[in-house]
Amino acid sequence: MNWQKQDYDDIPGTYVFDGQRAHPAYTINKLLYTFNDEACRAEFDADPAAYCDKMGVTGEYKDAVLAQDFLGLLRLGANIYFLAKMCIPRGVSVQDAGAAFQGITTEEFQQRLLDKGDGLSDKLAKRGDYWNG
Amino acid sequence: MAKIIGGITSSHIPAVGNAISQGLTQEPYWKRFFDGYEPAKAWLKAARPDVVIVVYNDHGLNFFLDKVPTFALGCADVYHNADEGWGLKPVPSFTGDVKLSWHLAQSLIEQEFDICTCQEMKVDHGFVNPIRALFGDHEQWPVKAIPLAVNTVQHPVPSAARCLKLGRALGKALESYPEDTRVVILGTGGMSHQLQGERAGIIDVEFDLECMDKIATDPEWMTQFSNAEIIRRAGSEGIETIMWLVMRGALKDDAAVLHKHYHAPISNTGAGVLVLDNQ
Repeated sequence: MNWQKQDYDDIPGTYVFDGQRAHPAYTINKLLYTFNDEACRAEFDADPAAYCDKMGVTGEYKDAVLAQDFLGLLRLGANIYFLAKMCIPRGVSVQDAGAAFQGITTEEFQQRLLDKGDGLSDKLAKRGDYWNG
Repeated sequence: MAKIIGGITSSHIPAVGNAISQGLTQEPYWKRFFDGYEPAKAWLKAARPDVVIVVYNDHGLNFFLDKVPTFALGCADVYHNADEGWGLKPVPSFTGDVKLSWHLAQSLIEQEFDICTCQEMKVDHGFVNPIRALFGDHEQWPVKAIPLAVNTVQHPVPSAARCLKLGRALGKALESYPEDTRVVILGTGGMSHQLQGERAGIIDVEFDLECMDKIATDPEWMTQFSNAEIIRRAGSEGIETIMWLVMRGALKDDAAVLHKHYHAPISNTGAGVLVLDNQ
């Protein structure tokens, strides 16, 4: 049986973290969750392949972990908040990951965010009741 | 009788914690964002709450995906912040109000909100950062705090309508608490943002402003939207804004809007501060 269709499936460029993703990616997310613990981060750093084996992470998931292929991990169902526990300590921010998804540089990604604030003071002034307009 | 003196909304993005820790709040990038908290801080100082109830979502500190409660209430004497693996410096622990927590648990369950009760509950940046932004940093926090976690991470997550109803039940629960306790409710998270996928980086200022206006004065408006519709407009992580409705539902329909501030972008998001006076 296929996974049931969801109303959000057709939103472009968006991978809503639901059972269809959480189920197959359970083990990789479990590995990522252990990175809350500094001792686990150190154990992973000492021998990433052995740590994957210990956590039961295999196949394409293990390949992506060893390659530090954060984008690949996201596509395989790693949750963004759990993945951040691996990529932020390695100098890869959530914005870097967002940029990589779009095939642009982080600077371009950040500029696009800043552009979202264009005309903000006019929009607030039009509504009238915002503090510091 | 417990008294709900008001409600405040706040983003809880991790970068806010780093900006405070690194003393960046008056830097050009951050100044307008943090300035928006000053009227809220002044109001809190005058309002003197005994307890804040913080409605937030856990991002993988306390809850792993093995057990994901839709609504979870802290019922402990103390709540510890801890290493989230993101390089955020843990802050001092928060004192709870355990008798109030258990009263809320009982009342909510009697009102058919079958929440998960937690006697140990680590609190992450989603809980910590709004308190830091609103009260400043302290070795001993000047207010007791109770975490109320809503699952917005692993779908299915509750609807906007359900969150508003939870808020109304929370309001009733507080009104029936016999102790003379002054309570402020913080609705945190949001506003529009998306961290993942090719659509990462979206912010919808118009939708955010509409949400702020309506949540302040006509929160039922928000319940017309399914979660899919909110994600479509506000982004996959923008769904967090539904947690504001828990705060709003606990307040009177005609609570006074004392302060409205909006800023975008900050980090990846649109950020709004509402102060609603319930007195």
